[in-house]
Amino acid sequence: MKFSVGRMTAVLRKELREYRRSPFIIGTMAVLPLVFLVEPLVIIFRIGPTVGAVAVDRAVSSTFLLLLVAPALLPAVIAAYSVVGEREQGTLEPLLTTPLRREELLLGKALGVVVPAVGMGYILFAVIQLCARLFATNPLVVSALGQGPHILAEILFAPLLAGWSIWVGIGISARASDVRVAQQLGTLSSLPPLAVVALVSFNVFTPSVTLAVVFAVILLVADIVLFRIVSALFDRERLITGAGAQRAPAGGGAVTAPGQVRRIPRVGGSDDGRGNP
Amino acid sequence: MAFDDVSFTVAPGEVFGFLGPNGAGKTTTVRTLGTLIAPTSGSASVAGIPLTSNNGPEIRQRIAIMPENPGLYKRLTVVENLQLFAGLYGQRNPGPRIGEALESVNLTARAHDLCGNLSKGLRQRVGLARALLNEPAVMFLDEPTSGLDPVAAHEVLDLINGLRQRGVTVFLTTHRLDEAERLCDRVAILNTTLRSVGRPDELRERLFSRSLVVETLAPLPAPDAVFGPTTGVESWRPEGPSSYVLTVDDPRNIAPHVTRALVSAGADVVSITESQHSLEDVYLQLINDDPEAAAR
Repeated sequence: MKFSVGRMTAVLRKELREYRRSPFIIGTMAVLPLVFLVEPLVIIFRIGPTVGAVAVDRAVSSTFLLLLVAPALLPAVIAAYSVVGEREQGTLEPLLTTPLRREELLLGKALGVVVPAVGMGYILFAVIQLCARLFATNPLVVSALGQGPHILAEILFAPLLAGWSIWVGIGISARASDVRVAQQLGTLSSLPPLAVVALVSFNVFTPSVTLAVVFAVILLVADIVLFRIVSALFDRERLITGAGAQRAPAGGGAVTAPGQVRRIPRVGGSDDGRGNP
Repeated sequence: MAFDDVSFTVAPGEVFGFLGPNGAGKTTTVRTLGTLIAPTSGSASVAGIPLTSNNGPEIRQRIAIMPENPGLYKRLTVVENLQLFAGLYGQRNPGPRIGEALESVNLTARAHDLCGNLSKGLRQRVGLARALLNEPAVMFLDEPTSGLDPVAAHEVLDLINGLRQRGVTVFLTTHRLDEAERLCDRVAILNTTLRSVGRPDELRERLFSRSLVVETLAPLPAPDAVFGPTTGVESWRPEGPSSYVLTVDDPRNIAPHVTRALVSAGADVVSITESQHSLEDVYLQLINDDPEAAAR
């Protein structure tokens, strides 16, 4: 049985429906963007009309960093809940009794997180751009926000950073036995790639299209490797029983002959499947 | 090791009971046959497909497992839960199938209720509807009436009976021996190793000698003189002041001989009945007589 987009989509649809009705997720999705919207707006509006190009560029760069924190942080919290949460609810075992493959489950869950997180990141970016064009007192702000490398980085990094957070979060979730521990670890693990973005934002590296593409490729490779690792970590048996899988040796190992049944002496006889001893 | 030395065959359309004490390996057996747990050794076929690591998705497409806890998404409605699972079974237009499944468990009116708002009995019914979605060849039901009140349990048992009529092979794990006796064509008794397999009446016959219970108005002065020469009576023992248990081969045909002997001896007969052993007696006998289990 091959990979099925239909099964993956069924998981994705379920995830989105659950998010819509989860006060915790709705709350997180509502509060986090507000936090990450207010700070960049304050930075931009504090830039006076006489501030020079270098200072404007530095301020706008820190704005980009803040805009990328939201799509990196939000998925970590949700992804960390994804597997251990199902386990706690008792819904994981029924899922695993269907023909669903682990790759379909993981990708369905990942898409369920990446769609709202990246969508939210892009909306924040659009709101900042719009506010800058309407209300910024320094015209350099608009041109700094419209720089090609910055826009390209925002478009590329938001899904890739979200991807990192999601795979790390799901990986932790597949191994954790407690939702809170998974979410704390997931949030912490989502931060390292932001350090790279910070280096660009603070002009340690000069932003350029090439640099944005190189970092994007590195993040993409990291995301693919993480997906493979998380797939390997997703052990059905461990998730259901809490113990690791003990595989049968190749060829099936010692085989009990059909009809060979241990019985107490008085009961005796064999079983031919039709109720005839 | 959860279970060992277990070998049995279940015929298509059969309701097969799987009984055993806590920790006997029942759930592990179901999980192994359902490809959730890899066996450490041995071989099996489920729905005609060999149980190998590569065949997992194919087997899972043809079976349904309803765990003790149906594990529904409480924030989703009944129909949304079923839509998810229909999608996982690769159904492109699941509406009619979902409608049929809901109808067969009498839940059509509750289709748009959130599962979190349903009683435990209704959730079990949703779990059964979910298990019907892929029209499984084999259905594994793990303690389907656990924690249900008698009315809800009765409804679930009726649904299982309905499955039998649809030709579904049902593998029923339960602690309720009365349920197993009522529903199952055959039962297996497991206590880490398989203790016995057979029809409930067959197990009774194998384990317990058949007997007649005779009750007279007053104690017989010489019971040996009455029962000893009677045709078909292998042995007898007193059970109470005016009650006797006779070991016989064929209770139905021996009872008239016993009646005649009693009347000839001048006894006032109150009753002559065949002694009945329940599946519970069989179960207890097999589990208690298991020296290996006792040593564990």
